[in-house]
Amino acid sequence: MDNDSSTPTAAGPVPAKQHIRKMPVNWWLKKPAYLRYMVREITCLFVGGYAMFLLMLAARLDKPEAFETLLASPLAIGLQWVALPFAIYHSVTWFNLTPKVLVIWRGEDKLPGFLIAGAHYAGWLAVSAGLVYFAMSGGTDG
Amino acid sequence: MATTDTQSSTKTMKLEVFRFLPDEGEPPSFQVYEVPYRDDWVVLDALNYIKDEIDGTLSYRWSCRMGVCGSCGMMVNGEPKLTCSAFLRDYYPQQIKVEPLSYFPVIRDLIINMDHFIDKMGEVKTWLIPAEDKPIEDGEYLQTPAQLAKYKQFTMCINCMLCYSACPVFGQNPDFIGPAAIALGQRYNLDSRDGGADERADVLFSDEGIWECTFVGECSEVCPKNVDPAGAIQMAKVTATNDWFKSFLMPGGRKKSGGNK
Amino acid sequence: MRHIGEKKINKKLPFVRELCQNYVGIDPVDEMIPVRPVIHYMMGGIDTDIEAATSLPGLFAAGECACVSINGANRLGSNSLTELLVFGARAAHSAVRFAEQNPTVDEEAITAQAAQEQERIREQFFRPGKGTETIASIRTDLNRALEAGAGIYRSEESLKVACDQVRELKERYKSVELADHSLTFNTELIAVLELGSLLDVAEAVTHSALQRRESRGSHQRSDFPERDDEQFLKHSLAYQTDGDPRIEYSDVTITRWPPGDRVYGNN
Repeated sequence: MDNDSSTPTAAGPVPAKQHIRKMPVNWWLKKPAYLRYMVREITCLFVGGYAMFLLMLAARLDKPEAFETLLASPLAIGLQWVALPFAIYHSVTWFNLTPKVLVIWRGEDKLPGFLIAGAHYAGWLAVSAGLVYFAMSGGTDG
Repeated sequence: MATTDTQSSTKTMKLEVFRFLPDEGEPPSFQVYEVPYRDDWVVLDALNYIKDEIDGTLSYRWSCRMGVCGSCGMMVNGEPKLTCSAFLRDYYPQQIKVEPLSYFPVIRDLIINMDHFIDKMGEVKTWLIPAEDKPIEDGEYLQTPAQLAKYKQFTMCINCMLCYSACPVFGQNPDFIGPAAIALGQRYNLDSRDGGADERADVLFSDEGIWECTFVGECSEVCPKNVDPAGAIQMAKVTATNDWFKSFLMPGGRKKSGGNK
Repeated sequence: MRHIGEKKINKKLPFVRELCQNYVGIDPVDEMIPVRPVIHYMMGGIDTDIEAATSLPGLFAAGECACVSINGANRLGSNSLTELLVFGARAAHSAVRFAEQNPTVDEEAITAQAAQEQERIREQFFRPGKGTETIASIRTDLNRALEAGAGIYRSEESLKVACDQVRELKERYKSVELADHSLTFNTELIAVLELGSLLDVAEAVTHSALQRRESRGSHQRSDFPERDDEQFLKHSLAYQTDGDPRIEYSDVTITRWPPGDRVYGNN
């Protein structure tokens, strides 16, 4: 555990030996926040998986039957049920972080974080509503 | 406070303290001390009591006792804390475990080796590099309150290193420039009087810089001064990305960083 | 502070608010702050000139340990940091200049002196079983002696008691023994060396104050409440001797602000 790679410090003579601590493998279980972070990171696998699925769907756009077969297959339905909560979790955690990434100044004051996150949620809602409307109205054609 | 007017109260509390005495050649261990409990005492008061009254060999850093100097950071029950602001009453009657700040090499007891952190601040150049040099006779570099507001939050950093001990990325890669040094780099990059963004870019945007950060966000949670280093790093990522795109749009005229001032 | 309002407090006094919230558990935006006197800053110090040079060639001092005498008889809050920055830089420049003008160094003599000092420290503090005193007990007694004898209001009587107590403490200091004999980050050794300096400073303060039979700035004598420019418009300089310190005086250079009355508010 110890090593001899000691360097002189301002505090006095060169430390004889320093103690190096290793990060425990289960570090992400030590704090709820770390666990939430790990879950957020893992959800991206499902978000990515769902994106692959969408690409596969897109590849069948010119063949309506194949498209519907894939969409209706139990595997695809299962995947969507699993991916949905993970995608929502990922989106929510990400949107909550947006005020840190996007800082808008109005003179000496920052635009409050809830407005920035709120705008993202509003956008999300609008797009979702638009899609639902499109699916409902467009669905009658098919 | 530790030695004067100690109440006659009989309440006591136990501290389980990490000990490492390199001279002895023994492996690290934990030692339990019993100290008087006072509801206005912080963990640092308890450590000072131990040092004064029980065991003069216990070693730790401290100075101001009021959350300004940033010297007394330690792990208190696994959380990085300034021990001068961690009140016993928030833990009583449970035993408190005190350890040196996570991930840093330990020199002795609760004292970590901070050399690497100091070096990183030097690499990032966390000082003002004036955009225009002018003689003292020409007066001050003026700044509006709005210009000050852009970086003021990041000036609050007291270099206590709690953010490093909350950062699993730093835990896995000790060469990661890390939250405080990046936030301080950002502090100067956002300063309207500063012109050093290009000089800092090589280090800030290197493999050990902002792109190592995976936005765990705990650095900002444990920061005793609300500096929000996680925010600073994400802002720096946006700036770096914008610059990268700009370098395609304006070939030859690539400006490495800049920060929107 | 309640009349100032949250916005202005956050802007102008953020640290005050933070301290109140974290340590006293009150918010100055809508509560009153309890106030009491506290020992804050050592206003005297090693006598330096405006280039941070002391009377010992090659020794430079800046900050709280130094006394450039720009603060008059009572330093205003927040001036210490500015002073530190200005005179810290000057001390650095002066030291560089001094090193350039004195390029040859007698390394052998310096090494011998360092070895001698190490031996003295070892002999004085690392001697198992010989000491009976602890750092904490002497430091606590020193706090009490100065608080009672040389606190906000001083008198001939209180200062004489404090002088005697400091002398006794200096005797007791000779019997301090350390628990920590390590050469790795020995904070106890630093503390005991600092305690020795504290005692020297305490001696200089109490004796200077005893001989200054007037009131000026932070030095308030209940037996001499008036300022006496005739005799004491002077700096006190304390010199170490085998016994009590010798107190001498040097002239004060008045620039922009002549000494005035110590009044607050609209008086």
